Parts: sequence; structure tokens; C-alpha cells
Amino acid sequence: MPDTDHRLYLLAGAALFVIGFYSLLVQAHLLRRIMALNVMGSGVFLVFIALAAQTPGPIPDPVPHAMVLTGIVVSVCATGLALALADRVLAATGRVELGDDEDAAASSDATPVASDARKEKPAA
Amino acid sequence: MMRRLLLGILSLALLAALSWAVLSLPAKPTGLTEASLAKLPESGVTNPVTAVLLNYRGYDTLLEVGVLLLAIVGVWSLRRGEWPANDLRDRPLLQSLLRVVLPLLMLAAGYLLWIGGFAPGGAFQGGALLGGALVLAMLGGRGRRVLNHERLLRAGLVLGALVFAAVCAVTMLLTGGLLQYPPGSGGTWIMAIESAALISIGLTLGLLYLGGRPTDTTPPSPPAHPTKHA
Repeated sequence: MPDTDHRLYLLAGAALFVIGFYSLLVQAHLLRRIMALNVMGSGVFLVFIALAAQTPGPIPDPVPHAMVLTGIVVSVCATGLALALADRVLAATGRVELGDDEDAAASSDATPVASDARKEKPAA
Repeated sequence: MMRRLLLGILSLALLAALSWAVLSLPAKPTGLTEASLAKLPESGVTNPVTAVLLNYRGYDTLLEVGVLLLAIVGVWSLRRGEWPANDLRDRPLLQSLLRVVLPLLMLAAGYLLWIGGFAPGGAFQGGALLGGALVLAMLGGRGRRVLNHERLLRAGLVLGALVFAAVCAVTMLLTGGLLQYPPGSGGTWIMAIESAALISIGLTLGLLYLGGRPTDTTPPSPPAHPTKHA
């Protein structure tokens, strides 16, 4: 393993995590939040891979590799489940946003859609 | 607006903290490379990543297969998914392409599974290919014809978890340790788990795309378990 510097990848991983974290807090739309979680996960994977590459020895450390492999599959499944849940939220409330705080209620076009959907689907 | 600004400042602070954290990690961490390589001849496979996944840390992978199953069970209980419409007659080119590509993808999935024992590859990579093949088949309008057997789908989805659990039980009986394979036969156990996991992973990933329990074609709302009065 050549003596390379992986700090750039570590920093990029941290930056990806924080970008996702910020979006998760700021965005109200559930699809955007799910995507934000995926971006956060990608940052974690990048840090793991960079750490694996830093270890001495003939090959990169296989343990973080195996963890990332596990993590990718789990993250795909979590995304699938989250999308199904988001669709249920849409079917139940007519909105693709969570929350009953004034922020969600005040957002421009959410409320009329909600009342329409409730009329259309009484027994959801 | 004020809230966004505050959250932005908080995120920047988090970025600073995380950057400091990753940079302050040792530049030459000891890692587990040597430990995993030292035991590799006993693990039954020669690909160290596969050895970690299914021998040293098989417990992780067992739980992961459980997570996959939970995810698809959750999606199936939340929604119903409709097979994409079968309009292949309008797209002869896609039909010809699928006829060639689908078998190739199946073959490649099997190849990745087999090669995982001694080179990069394994059940997860093969499962991802299999899932992609299923998505392609669904997009091409073949889902209803190929996949519309819910009992078979259910069996395939739980196969990985069942075989994994069975291997756990048998190895415990044989050696007394959870997933502690009898000496010399690790490769066989690993391949048995991986073959079953390949099918379950591929089916799970493919059916997650459908986004719900497949809707039956014949009656609009049949009972979940048709009872046969004997």
C-alpha cells in the first residue's frame, strides 16, 4: 500500500454528513429528508473506506469494507421502507410533510390539499 | 429565516467538530488487517471481506438479513404495489434486449456469488445485480408474468434468514459456538448461507422497487390466506 494521504476523503465524508444533516433539519418535504439521510450515510461510508485505506498492510482493512457493504444494503432497505411510510403519510394527510407545528401549517399550499384528500379517502 | 441561519451555524460547528475528529484520528491506525489475514486460511474463504462478513462477524450479517426481511415486511404491510403495465408489444427493441440481458444478469449474479469466496464479490453484490434484473423485468412489463406467485415470493424472501438461522443452530450443535463453523468446513457453510442470502437479497431489493405487496390479478380483494375446507 503506497503511503498516500487520505485526509481529503475523510474531510469530504465529514462534509457530506453535515450537508445531509443540514438538509434533514431544514427541508420539510419527506422525500428531501429521505435523500438527506442517504447523503449522511454516504458520508459515513466514505469515512469508513478512507480509514480502511489508511491501515498498514498489503491490503486495505477488510473489516470496515464489510461494514460498509452491510451498511449500503441496510440503507437501501431503510430508504425503501421510508418511501413507503412517506406515501402512507401522503395518503393519510394529503401532505408530504410531517409535523403539526405552525411551520408546516403555515407553508403555502399544504393545507387545501390536505382537506381535499381527506374528503376523497374517508376510509384509508 | 432566523431558524435556517441558526441551523446553518449549528451545521458549520458540527462540520468543524467532525473535521477535527477525523483529522485527529491516527494517521496509521493499526486496524484489523493483520488479524483478519492471519486467520484467513482457517476461515474457509480467501477473500478477506467475505471472511469478515460470514465468518468473523457472521452475527452482523445474520442481523442484516433480518433487517432486510423486516424492511420488505414493513413495505408490504404499508402499501400495495401494482406491476407496471405490460406494454411490451409496443417496444420490440426493449423486449429483445430483455431477452438477452435478463439471463446474463442472472448468470452474473451467480458468478459474483461464487467468486466472492476468493475475490471481490459475494451475496450482496450478486443480490444487487439480481435486484436490478428484477427491476428491469418489472419495467419491461414482465413482473406480472414472472413474479406473480406470492407464496413463492414469500418463500424466497425468508429463505436467506431461515437458512442462516438453521446454520446457526446446526453449528451451535456441532461446535457449541454461534456461527463457529467446524474446522475445515467453513467454506461450505459460508456458501450455503450466501446462496440462500443471494436469492433473498435480490428479491428484497427488486420487490422494494415495487413499493408494496403485489396486487393480485384475478379478484380485486381476495383473502390473504385462502382457506380450504377439507
